[in-house]
Amino acid sequence: MNFAVLQFPASNCDQDAVHAIRHLGHSARLLWHKESSLGDADCVIVPGGFSYGDYLRCGAIARFSPVMQAVKQFADNGGLVLGICNGFQVLTEAGLLPGALIRNRDLQFHCEFIFLKTATAASPFTNQIPSGKLLRLPIAHGEGCYFADEETLAKLKANNQILWQYCDANGNLTDSANPNGALLNIAGICNEKRNVAGLMPHPERACEPLLGSDDGKWIFESIFAALKNKAVAAAAA
Amino acid sequence: MKAKIIITPKKAVVDPQGITVRKALEHMGYSGVTGVHIGKYIEIDLAPGTDRDAAHKAINDAARKLLSNPVIEDYKLEIE
Repeated sequence: MNFAVLQFPASNCDQDAVHAIRHLGHSARLLWHKESSLGDADCVIVPGGFSYGDYLRCGAIARFSPVMQAVKQFADNGGLVLGICNGFQVLTEAGLLPGALIRNRDLQFHCEFIFLKTATAASPFTNQIPSGKLLRLPIAHGEGCYFADEETLAKLKANNQILWQYCDANGNLTDSANPNGALLNIAGICNEKRNVAGLMPHPERACEPLLGSDDGKWIFESIFAALKNKAVAAAAA
Repeated sequence: MKAKIIITPKKAVVDPQGITVRKALEHMGYSGVTGVHIGKYIEIDLAPGTDRDAAHKAINDAARKLLSNPVIEDYKLEIE
């Protein structure tokens, strides 16, 4: 499978994402923000960092880059897109995902491991995560508090769009396990069509035991499986 | 000629900066402060002789698309 990892000025998790995907046995390349074509990409990763210096709002400027116009079209055609951390912020600013990410409730930058509960296996981003498995992943953000109005939250719940929630080591969705004040402990969501997802934690930084956790691989393995199914379906059609 | 845009967090959005500053004001003894809301102020210089209505329309459009995020922010626009 071919992954395109976007690269904006001040992206800083782009190389990690490429490394993780290659480590897991697939092909990944960096794609500069001025490119207007995604080439033969099967999946797009919008990586973490501080695109355009986080000026104005996190992700606000990146959404207007030429490459994001191509990503929008790719997503409209059903292509898989995963935004990680700043990438999640870019996708909400671009309107590809609902809601917004605002300042952490304690105004502090959080750099730590957290636990994630996967709310549904029914998505290209969660289908391989073993049932009941809590993911231990690092977070590193100052503006990761998920916000959406009540109507949007109700829709997210009704459509099963909440993919991951912050929890404690026993899987309880407690307030103390919520590092940033996100509504409903939301760490990651997908769109209604389920082909675009974003999350604040960093799976690409946790794909090898040497890094303290390899739980992040389950998210990538889910994408690989979804892409494989898609390819099989396309060949059969 | 200038466009002035004041951007504030929507009331439903938790504003931890505003809350922290309100608490600091209380701590300093400023009584009667019931809320603090921290936003942004943006000033845009416009070429002299720009048509006022056209500028208002264009900046309003920009404020919705880029300068503010309608999910979490409100804005006020003035041309002067």
